[in-house]
Amino acid sequence: MPAPIRLRELIRTIRTARTQAEEREMIQKECAAIRSSFREEDNTYRCRNVAKLLYMHMLGYPAHFGQLECLKLIASQKFTDKRIGYLGAMLLLDERQDVHLLMTNCIKNDLNHSTQYVQGLALCTLGCMGSSEMCRDLAGEVEKLLKTSNSYLRKKAALCAVHVIRKVPELMEMFLPATKNLLNEKNHGVLHTSVVLLTEMCERSPDMLAHFRKVSLVPQLVRILKNLIMSGYSPEHDVSGISDPFLQVRILRLLRILGRNDDDSSEAMNDILAQVATNTETSKNVGNAILYETVLTIMDIKSESGLRVLAINILGRFLLNNDKNIRYVALTSLLKTVQTDHNAVQRHRSTIVDCLKDLDVSIKRRAMELSFALVNGNNVRGMMKELLYFLDSCEPEFKADCASGIFLAAEKYAPSKRWHIDTIMRVLTTAGSYVRDDAVPNLIQLITNSVEMHAYTVQRLYKAILGDYSQQPLVQVASWCIGEYGDLLVSGQCEEEEPIQVTEDEVLDILESVLISNMSASVTRGYALTAIMKLSTRFTCTVNRIKKVVSIYGSSIDVELQQRAVEYNALFKKYDHMRPALLERMPVMEKVTTNGPAEIVQTNGETETAVLETKPPPSGLQPANQANDLLDLLGGTDITPVIPTAPTSKPAFAGGELLDLLGDLNLTGSPVSAPAPQIAQPPFLLDGLTTQPLFNDIAAGIPSITAYNKNGLKIDFTFERSNTNPSVTVITIQASNSTELDMTDFVFQAAVPKTFQLQLLSPSSSVIPAFNSGTITQVIKVLNPQKQQLRMRIKLTYNHKGSAMQDLAEVNNFPPQSWQ
Amino acid sequence: VVSPRYASLYFCCAIEGQDNELITLELIHRYVELLDKYFGSVCELDIIFNFEKAYFILDEFVMGGEIQDTSKKSVLKAIEQADLLQEVGTPQKIQGGPS
Repeated sequence: MPAPIRLRELIRTIRTARTQAEEREMIQKECAAIRSSFREEDNTYRCRNVAKLLYMHMLGYPAHFGQLECLKLIASQKFTDKRIGYLGAMLLLDERQDVHLLMTNCIKNDLNHSTQYVQGLALCTLGCMGSSEMCRDLAGEVEKLLKTSNSYLRKKAALCAVHVIRKVPELMEMFLPATKNLLNEKNHGVLHTSVVLLTEMCERSPDMLAHFRKVSLVPQLVRILKNLIMSGYSPEHDVSGISDPFLQVRILRLLRILGRNDDDSSEAMNDILAQVATNTETSKNVGNAILYETVLTIMDIKSESGLRVLAINILGRFLLNNDKNIRYVALTSLLKTVQTDHNAVQRHRSTIVDCLKDLDVSIKRRAMELSFALVNGNNVRGMMKELLYFLDSCEPEFKADCASGIFLAAEKYAPSKRWHIDTIMRVLTTAGSYVRDDAVPNLIQLITNSVEMHAYTVQRLYKAILGDYSQQPLVQVASWCIGEYGDLLVSGQCEEEEPIQVTEDEVLDILESVLISNMSASVTRGYALTAIMKLSTRFTCTVNRIKKVVSIYGSSIDVELQQRAVEYNALFKKYDHMRPALLERMPVMEKVTTNGPAEIVQTNGETETAVLETKPPPSGLQPANQANDLLDLLGGTDITPVIPTAPTSKPAFAGGELLDLLGDLNLTGSPVSAPAPQIAQPPFLLDGLTTQPLFNDIAAGIPSITAYNKNGLKIDFTFERSNTNPSVTVITIQASNSTELDMTDFVFQAAVPKTFQLQLLSPSSSVIPAFNSGTITQVIKVLNPQKQQLRMRIKLTYNHKGSAMQDLAEVNNFPPQSWQ
Repeated sequence: VVSPRYASLYFCCAIEGQDNELITLELIHRYVELLDKYFGSVCELDIIFNFEKAYFILDEFVMGGEIQDTSKKSVLKAIEQADLLQEVGTPQKIQGGPS
């Protein structure tokens, strides 16, 4: 059998292959030769064969049949064999193969070999791929080598120990004694690996961490770091004029862990951190690498504010660096610190905003996120200008996030209604198709709430879709508004800008185009059709046209449209008397949020001291089926007073104290009126926007009160406060009846002063059984952002002993813990 | 993933979230310098034809993901000494292009 070809020869041959198939053929041929050579137990050429196998493995071909051969090489006496054998073991073997355990004995022997390079090979292999069993068996040997005076071995043993600890954390203790002297070494290799070992121990075990803090590790590290910085040029460890940056960075990282949450340690390292931060040369990447690590450390420990400002300023300078890696790194770090050191980061706002114009996509994204985090009441106009410009020009993958971010920020900080509407318009027209679907109901609600801007808004929206009605969210909002405020549009009243002359027909033209267009989604068509329908009560001359359009769609293929059209048709024919009432102007919808400018606009025009919110009793308010579906389409408002069949429980009190503000606005469970802004946002943008405050964390121990006790009806209040939102109080009322007869059709209503917001959830039932044999429970959520004293007026209506009863009362005995 | 480019060669290094990206760039640069010193103006072919040497050098410089020695001189010396231990008749360090 001729000698197997040399490694270089094989490599050269394989590289001449011109196709995949050719290469595969060569490899297969060689593998066959190697396999037969292995079978012959040829010692001389085993090394060469395994080396070739490793090359083929690198190219992606299977090489598992060489695993055992590696073990044989490791066991050989020749250094060359061992070198290739260990390399093969590291490349081909891992802990999933049972074969690897056979290595353990060889490694053990080699760890005690007379030649340090053999010992080194063994340590390296163990430290790179040793399994937990191997580590357990050999930890003792490693520990021994950790104490040797041979620095070549000591540094390798330290890193091997790191691996052992990662695999078998319980063994950490055994390395502790050896760490005592590790930092006294002069050799940088040993120093570096020792710092790594100490870092690993401190990260994994709080006990170790405490121990090292006690034995004054921090001063020792500070001293070493100081020497590195102050010492003169050392050619061996120099990188672009900086002395051993790798060691500096590792020490800084260890200091970070030691200083975290520990005042004493943090204080001890204050000076050196300031020194490194100010003295490090920043012209090359290596200096910036050290500064970056320093900044990370400063931000993580309990540093004094001057140092923190220094750190943020360094990051600010990074933002101006030409190297985009450095800009990227700075933006990422600033994102992490913007919550805690908001003011310091604000100072760099203009630089951050400039980064929006960067060419690199990752930088742009981070700059965008950071910009949103920095928007506040003072800078909102300027920031929005920049962000809108960014929205115009950025890549499509950003537009959705950017649009949502702009909406959120605008909601929080809008300086005026008009500005708000303008901003929304701008977003809708520039990035209209990227706006998230759930933004549409939010916007509609916002527009409803800005009563004085209706004319302006509808005019602008009309103009916007005249030119282009392909952007679905824009068209949806516009259709809705035109449907609602079409009368304002054609009447030409507009205070904010030059009113345009629009005829009813023109309006219907555009809505019909939307209906017909191929570009319109089904949902959009639904909006358009409903809008057209609503206009039948607002327009005067074109009702016939509307009737025609509606009847056409009665046979539409789209089921949703068909259903609507059929119902609207019915409205024209059979229920024409109801039409005006059903299609009248939408009342202002109240938004239940715990943040933001919560205004409750009172459409009835009367300003009262109290705001009434009620929930109709669950039974007995089912209007005729068809009309009900209509109401769902109109957004779920149960306009019960209009339908004669349903008993209303809230007649409006002319001039009375309780204002029936929102009619029977169904505030929970309806898709339009309670828009939960559950837009997927980067986490930090969600701050403070939960519509449902979490009540899992309850502050216990608030005494309950009896709010009312008369004529056998007793109502108790129990309280819960939320820890996540201290302005919210949850009151659970329990109504009980001590008389001999049941109380039926019980309705509980409550009113609170204007600075509060109230939400009533459904009661458990409307009957209070007699003899205290059962209770009605109902939950009230009160939002009290100004922490004012809680007062409440309640109104109770029920039927008892055949007659209707009604009573008003004031509740003033709220315990201070319920509202403070 | 940190991935600097040296002429036609791309080096890739995967790091964890808490690792310093900039110092990793320096690490890769140091490795390239080691290769350069060892092979004498290293080029792509050197690495292809001497891949096992590239591995040996890497194993002297980094172990288990951490740097063993920050001194260029020290690492190169160790490699040279180990090379000397290689028995006669086996491939030694190749100068210049493939043999």
